[in-house]
Amino acid sequence: MDVGKIFALGTRERTFQLKARRDAGIDNPRWRAPQFFTCKKCERRATRQVWASTLYVCPNCGYHHPVGGYYRLSMVLDHGTFKELDGELQGSNVLEFPGYDEKLATQRSKTGLNDAAVTAVGKIGGVPVVAAVLDSRFFMGSMGTAVGERVTRAIEYATAKHLPLVIFSASGGARMQEGIFSLMQMAKTSAAIQRFQAKGGLYISYLTHPTTGGVTASFASLGDITLAEPDALIGFAGPRVIEQTIGEKLPKGFQRAEYLLEHGFVDKVVPRSEMKKTLTQLLQLHTQGRKRGA
Amino acid sequence: MIKDILKEVEELDLKIDALRGENAEDEEMTSGSETLAELETRRSELLSDCKELTAADRVFLARHQGRPRIDEYISELFTDFFEQRGDRQCSDDESILGGIARYKGIPVTVIGHRKGSTLEENMRFRFGMPEPDGYRKALRMMKQAEKFGRPIITFIDTPGAYPGKEAEERGQGEAIARNLAEMSGLTVPVISVVTGEGSSGGALGLGVANHILMLENAVYSVLSPEGFASILWKDSSRSGEACDIMKLTAQDLLQDGVVEEVIPEPLGGAQRDHQQLFTVLDAALERHLTQLCKMNGKALAEQRYKKYRQIGQ
Repeated sequence: MDVGKIFALGTRERTFQLKARRDAGIDNPRWRAPQFFTCKKCERRATRQVWASTLYVCPNCGYHHPVGGYYRLSMVLDHGTFKELDGELQGSNVLEFPGYDEKLATQRSKTGLNDAAVTAVGKIGGVPVVAAVLDSRFFMGSMGTAVGERVTRAIEYATAKHLPLVIFSASGGARMQEGIFSLMQMAKTSAAIQRFQAKGGLYISYLTHPTTGGVTASFASLGDITLAEPDALIGFAGPRVIEQTIGEKLPKGFQRAEYLLEHGFVDKVVPRSEMKKTLTQLLQLHTQGRKRGA
Repeated sequence: MIKDILKEVEELDLKIDALRGENAEDEEMTSGSETLAELETRRSELLSDCKELTAADRVFLARHQGRPRIDEYISELFTDFFEQRGDRQCSDDESILGGIARYKGIPVTVIGHRKGSTLEENMRFRFGMPEPDGYRKALRMMKQAEKFGRPIITFIDTPGAYPGKEAEERGQGEAIARNLAEMSGLTVPVISVVTGEGSSGGALGLGVANHILMLENAVYSVLSPEGFASILWKDSSRSGEACDIMKLTAQDLLQDGVVEEVIPEPLGGAQRDHQQLFTVLDAALERHLTQLCKMNGKALAEQRYKKYRQIGQ
């Protein structure tokens, strides 16, 4: 979207679009083009404008580059419908872990996020939804108390308002620096999902690269529908730990989205270009033309 | 270090036993250079040092080979045990032991991690590290307990869920997640007892309970101290340092409101006197179960939800 158009928008949408542009690395209105961005997989370069036009899927090899929270939401939410939930929520140093406060501050100023989760209410294909995104730039998207609390509040909001829920996961697992409190967020979020689903709520879990550890072993694995981005690493234990334990090399493609599809844990591997279309289809299937009590 | 103290104490134990054995035979009070009384004083002095333990000491004790195992807890605290096996999907994971039993005459479902007590058993049960089949087997037993209105008691003692190739292929993450979700909604009382080491999602997969009891020298954490050190500092040898930071002891967790009660162990650790531990644990278990049995199903699920909901709020 053009910078000129952004300034004609309402405050809320303008802030959102600017945050999305910041996440996409194209936030400076007076930037000196071209800025190059190198693919992590094939190492080919392209300008940021090219990357933004392909939604950060490598134009050369098709690698789905991890993207920031607001940027992800801007890809799927209908224009002008974004409304952030609990944007002010911040975590704290519950274990008094040495150096954690400083690290949190650095990550906050580097990414502009309060913690690794962004939650919002908006519309996808005209259907009102609650959406949550884990942002892998912030402490590897790891789940500490702030992420657990924010995701849980989003789930509870969806439960109270009878809205469908979409969560985009990307996480290194539990936030080590918050110890047992991180572990308990697994139980907290899973319990909230259980209540949400028991009341008939639709939960679409969208797994992106990488989804591992405590997030895989909690809400990310509990979707009514589970989608995954191509080649995303999805698993509980990390590949290195498994190799050390069993003392052998893992097969190619192990724990990747396609591998999980083969083993029955994912409904569909969806390329980013079809993300919004697929979500729209699924949401409409659950909200339109349904016969109550049938 | 507790390790050195215990080593000395064990030597003294042997000497004292030997002396007592001789006494019984020829009633001589002295043998060698030290008297029985001297040895016993020395032993109690050593043991009194065990009152103040560091977190690393407790990690050592939590993993002690001589600690009571799940089979012993079941045979000592319960009667009429009937083992249930298999997940009814593809296999039976022996690293989780469970079934129906009676506790004070009431039918209950009892489930726990099984480490085994010999090396052969350790290998067979993967040191108490379950595969997804184990969690699904546990869930099957818990859903059945709910159907028949039986309270559930789980015993937690695991280094974590097994990080293997097949475990991942069969959905380790999904199996644990499912347990967390389903356990949170159970309409029967659930009590978890952390008996040894409780690490990561592998422990939590049996641990979403109304009340959590924790043995004095048990530990409960997001990851083993070694794993913690290797992730944060790329150096697993700094695990001692990790123990101090992680707040993984029963006392820390009681203070943080994660566990409801700490069960005192005999001086020097549970391995020194199993019976003493069982007596104390039995009393606590009965107290908590009686309390929970007064609540109805909905209230139990609500209390459990709130317990976890307020952590990190």
